[in-house]
Parts: sequence; C-alpha cells; structure tokens
Amino acid sequence: MQEKQTATAKEMAQVETIIGRILQVGVIVSAIVMLIGLVIFLVTGQSGYPGSTMPLSMGAILVGTWHLKAYAIMMLGTYCLILTPVLRVVVSIYAFYKERDHLYVAITTLVLFILLFALFIGVHGD
Amino acid sequence: MIQTALIMMGVGIFAGIAGSILGIGGGMIITPILTLGMGLNIKYAIGASIIAVIATSSGSTIAYLRDNVLNLRVAMFLEIATTTGAITGALLTGVLDPKYLYLLFGCLLVFSGWNMYRKLRRGQEVLQRVEPDRIATKLKLNGTYYDKAEMKDVDYQVENVPAGFTVMFGAGVASGLLGIGSGAFKVMAMDTFMKMPLKPSSSTSNLMMGVTAAASATVYFFNGSILPGIAVPMALGILGGAVIGSRVMQILPSRWIRIVFIPIILYIGLQMLFKGLGVHF
Repeated sequence: MQEKQTATAKEMAQVETIIGRILQVGVIVSAIVMLIGLVIFLVTGQSGYPGSTMPLSMGAILVGTWHLKAYAIMMLGTYCLILTPVLRVVVSIYAFYKERDHLYVAITTLVLFILLFALFIGVHGD
Repeated sequence: MIQTALIMMGVGIFAGIAGSILGIGGGMIITPILTLGMGLNIKYAIGASIIAVIATSSGSTIAYLRDNVLNLRVAMFLEIATTTGAITGALLTGVLDPKYLYLLFGCLLVFSGWNMYRKLRRGQEVLQRVEPDRIATKLKLNGTYYDKAEMKDVDYQVENVPAGFTVMFGAGVASGLLGIGSGAFKVMAMDTFMKMPLKPSSSTSNLMMGVTAAASATVYFFNGSILPGIAVPMALGILGGAVIGSRVMQILPSRWIRIVFIPIILYIGLQMLFKGLGVHF
C-alpha cells in the first residue's frame, strides 16, 4: 500500500512537471507576442487602426498581424493568453490519463466540454 | 502613451503580486484604479480586469504546479461547478436582478471574513479530522502540500464537498452575471466550507479563476471591451508580478496571508451588501 502510494506520488510529480513546462511555454509565447506588439505600438506611436478602433474578428487580427499592425499583434497575444487556461485543462486530461485515473479523465473532459461550449457562445453570442 | 504603458505595467506588477498571494485575481485591484483613478469607462475596466484575472492565474500557476501546493483534483472537480455557473450567470443576465446576488454574496463574504477571524484567533491553521469525509475520499480530494514557511509537508482532508460545490456554482454565476473574477468566493468555498488550508485554497483558486475567466473572456474579447493599449502592458506587468507573488506566498506564514485576507474579504463583502441595498458612495 505504502509503496503504491509513493509510486503514484512520483508519477503525479512527473506529470505535473510536464504540465508546468507546457504551460510555461504557452504563457511565455503569449507574453512575447504581446511584448512585440507593445514595442511596435510605443516605437511607431501608431495602433495601425483609425481612432480608437481595433480589430475584432480573428481574420482581421491575423491580417493585421501579417502587416505588423501594433494593435493586431497585441490582440493576438491577448487571445493566446486567454487560451492558456484552456491549454491547462487539455494537458490535465493527459496527466490524469497517464495516472490511469479514469474518474478524473472524465471530470476534466467534462470541464473542457463546458469550457468549449462557453467559448462557442462567446464567439457566436452578442 | 509610454507613460500610460508604464503606469499600467506598474499597476499590473502590484496587482499580480497581491492577487497571486491571496488567490483573488487582480480584478478588484484593477477595476477601481482604472475607473476611479484613470477615468476609464466601466466596460473597458471589466474587459481589462478579466484579462488581469487570466494573467494572474497563468502567471502564478506556473510556479505552483512545480511546487505542489495546488490541488489539481479539487480544482478540476470544482471547475465543473464554476464553469456551468458562469454560463448560467451569462444566460441569466437581464433575467435575474443582480441585487439579490449582491446581497447573498455580500452576506457570505462577511460571514466568511468572520469565520476566518475566528480561525485566526484560535491560532490553528490545519484541521485534522479523525473521521475522513466519505465523498472527499471517494473523489480523492484529500491532499498534501509542502509548506515552505513551516518547512514540512502538511496533510489535509477536505470535507463538506456538496456545500463547497454549491458555493462554487454560485461563484460561477456571480462571475458570469456580475463580471467579477470571484476569487474571494473560491477561496471562501475551499477555506471556510471545505476546510482546506489557506495556501492550497489560494493557489487552487488561482488556477480555477483562469479557467472560469477564459470562458467569459472570449465574449469580452470579441465585443471590443479589451483595449490593447491598456490591457497588454497591464497583463505583462501582472505576469511578472504573479511569478514573484507566487514565490513569496509560499514562504509567507499562512497566518500573515490570513491577516491580509480578512480586511479585504470584509471590504468586498460590505461593498457588495451596500450595492445590493442600493447605497452608492
């Protein structure tokens, strides 16, 4: 019993390190994208969009990023940041799967579906 | 412009440190600074504070996952309640009078503040139960964390799972309906109702806040509530602050965190009660 418990704890620690690293990469990537956008914004002094407007659709953001428009890159970085918690849930499913914890694979998958549903409402609602 | 960016970064660093230590997200620190201090429209302040919550969460959980303070099972199990709550709250906008929600949660927070004060006076941080809770055992929610301040592993047991789950659902409704991060409610649900120690409560709340906020953030993102010139430098500051704060939190004695937490939770609670009663300052 004792041995089994330590094995589980060790496995969990390993899996948590993997999660930690993936999340780190996700957060750092979004931070770098935001930082690039901010630097362009501050150096050029222009948002790339007229007045106080900003790109609000994924298409406009990607096109703007391609043209190195400050606000588009900043929005892209922000969107990446919004997705990091979703990434965390996805990776947690993998972690519980590795641990053979079926109950928590189910629970976490349910959370992911609820979250995707919410994201769907977010994109298509008002 | 550079000045605004620097101010937002500074505010972000402060909010990130405080939010990650207390598990409350930067929302309640960010919103008043933006609306009262900088005269920003409440719509943009809410958009910024939602980003602040995610940045605090993502910035701080990077450190927590390696340091084993957070309880991933508690987080994911309770996340079912907060995310469904958040969707319910978003759908109830315009149907349910927020007044009652403010009153209910105001009372809960004041009660929780009082409860924390009693805990502080008793001087004991971890309650060990002789009889393990049935649901908590079944769901494998009991855990262990390494307390850097006490330099030892702390085993703890979780109880009152249904009550905690219900409060979490309410916290989700509040965040969907009122547009608040509701980190204080999450810490309250775990600390006051489920009897988890403060540090795992705070770091688990941090992780959960990010996930719940992500659910509503896309709405704000696509409806133009997020001003890049404000939100981006702030988010960058918060990410840095949260990494610092999460490290600091682990070496702080739980008692100190609680001493800071109590006036904050009472302040939010009373503010919500007054809002519910229609009193404005």
